[in-house]
Amino acid sequence: MVWKTLLRHCIAQPAAPRRQDPAAVAALRQRLAAAGHEKLGRSLAIRHVAAGSCNGCELELRATQNLIYDLTQYGLSFTPSPRHADVLLITGVAGGNMIAAARQAREAMADPVLVLAMGDCAVDGGVFKGSPAIAGGAEAIMPVDLFVAGCPPEPAQIIEGLLALLEVNDILLARPVRVPR
Amino acid sequence: MKLLSSQDWQAHAGKFIALWTDAQYAYALYQPAELVATPLVEGAYPALRHKGAAWFQRLAHDGYGHNAIGAADTRPAIEHFRSADGTAPWPEFASPGGEGVHQVAVGPIHAAIIEPGHFRFSLRGEEVLKLEARLGYSHKGTLALMRGKSPRLAARFAARISGDATVAHSIAFAHAAEAALGMTPPPRAVYLRAIMAELERLANHGSDIGAIAGDAGFSFLDARFALHREVLCEAARAAFGHRLMMDMVIPGGVAGDMSSGGAAAILAALLALESELPGLTRVFEDYASLQDRVVGTGVVSPALAAAYAAGGFTGRAAGQNHDARVSPGYAPYEHFGLEVPVEQDGDVAARIRIRLAEMTESIRLIRDMLANLPDTVIAMAPPSGSGSGLGVAESFRGPVWHWLRIEAGAISDAFAADASTLQWPLVEFAAATGILADFPLINKSINASYSGVDL
Ligand code: SF4
Repeated sequence: MVWKTLLRHCIAQPAAPRRQDPAAVAALRQRLAAAGHEKLGRSLAIRHVAAGSCNGCELELRATQNLIYDLTQYGLSFTPSPRHADVLLITGVAGGNMIAAARQAREAMADPVLVLAMGDCAVDGGVFKGSPAIAGGAEAIMPVDLFVAGCPPEPAQIIEGLLALLEVNDILLARPVRVPR
Repeated sequence: MKLLSSQDWQAHAGKFIALWTDAQYAYALYQPAELVATPLVEGAYPALRHKGAAWFQRLAHDGYGHNAIGAADTRPAIEHFRSADGTAPWPEFASPGGEGVHQVAVGPIHAAIIEPGHFRFSLRGEEVLKLEARLGYSHKGTLALMRGKSPRLAARFAARISGDATVAHSIAFAHAAEAALGMTPPPRAVYLRAIMAELERLANHGSDIGAIAGDAGFSFLDARFALHREVLCEAARAAFGHRLMMDMVIPGGVAGDMSSGGAAAILAALLALESELPGLTRVFEDYASLQDRVVGTGVVSPALAAAYAAGGFTGRAAGQNHDARVSPGYAPYEHFGLEVPVEQDGDVAARIRIRLAEMTESIRLIRDMLANLPDTVIAMAPPSGSGSGLGVAESFRGPVWHWLRIEAGAISDAFAADASTLQWPLVEFAAATGILADFPLINKSINASYSGVDL
């Protein structure tokens, strides 16, 4: 069973890889160039922090790693330690109970860091906008570089956003170290 | 609903499911769907002795400030960050004590792509003596947001109580709204709801089994089940326009009909899964290194499951035969003779076996329902009435309950109990039957929702 399936995979044609969303790249390039950003490599390690999500975004984020989307083919991978991470990926509304922990994760990362807010909740609170229990989106608790909207965004959209980070990354020069607060 | 004196309230026997309060009453729910209440006296009510009541009493205190008189456990459940200056002092995590006992703190941010929560383990060497879970990190104030909105508008919040059970929560919420307003949704909507709910069950059961194997270092099953989840999500998108089928179930019916190619996409996904499932099951059963990690791990004894009236596969793997689709039951399952698998071992392996059996049953149900799909309208507008109602649906992890009070078309009070509320204490018990390295498997095998409890 195991061997047969593995063999089938070896001879199967893989799906064509995805491309970054050009609009997102252009917008991000402008934004980061204005801020001046230190160069990172072509391979980014991502630390995901769920800051008050409904867990729908996590399901789709996990799906980017499956056999169809295969995130690692682009040089993107998840890491458990913020110390090893280049990208902080935030899902959820930035709930009051997660503000301190999310900021600690950001502080534990070595600059330069790219921050991506994924899902409508992380963009601006989504349907939970206005609840007194939340800060209302990742930007309310730290500077954010890129937003990927959707409730939840589909795996293809998430990958396009991450590829945009890769794309702008190699043209940018020294950006001052940012300390969140 | 039966109104009880405080003595009768405390003496009430039965399998306890949930407890909540509104401005006037404290409510308690017992299997299969018996609702009792007692008036609040100065914002307080007598504590219930049922094992599962403690969490709910803590939640009622944190959410509404209502005290359970005589409750043994008065720790906050979700509102940690209450001190005026915004600081969050860590509570004292009681240790069982003894020589060489130390504590390990994990979270709220975890290593994998999952929700936040804090686990405090008390260990002797590798052996877990005690686990205390501190939840609330995903708290969003969901129930408060429902107030003042029409059932249709508030359905968006019900759909986001726990994203992996979005269909089940939406169905339970719709059932509650429909009961409150005295309406029956059209038959086609009822069938489409059930088809979506079974698709959701299949996707979650499969990917969880794969993830457990992945945590045991066996990534083959993880990869295969994740692929089937992907195919099922794409079929759901083709049929209903959303991979998780979020916001598809609304009070009065469903938001849209199945697309013309939808049935074919679903049937193709089912066929792919069905043809590989026996092989994947054999891999799970035959690999000694995998069985070694799951057999006898994280045992929830039948006695413990009974004490907490555990629902879902966690209960059914430990002798509880309860399934909300059968009892109290709701349409359209009465037409399809649902088989409810039950085992006694209560370990990780038994929970996986139950879920595998449920997958086969869900495949059959979806096919039968697609073949018998009634040809009616798909939704009716909810009338602008008043009333209160209770609704239930069996999510993949167990029953989810919603209760609503509607006044002149707007929700004045809402309550939701995810199956996880009764399962988190079981995670704590199950963790204390093994070593720390087994915790990821145990946790994933029960897969209690964080967001579903934190609300
Ligand atoms: S954006 Fe949508 S799916 Fe993502 S966490 Fe928020 S409510 Fe859930």
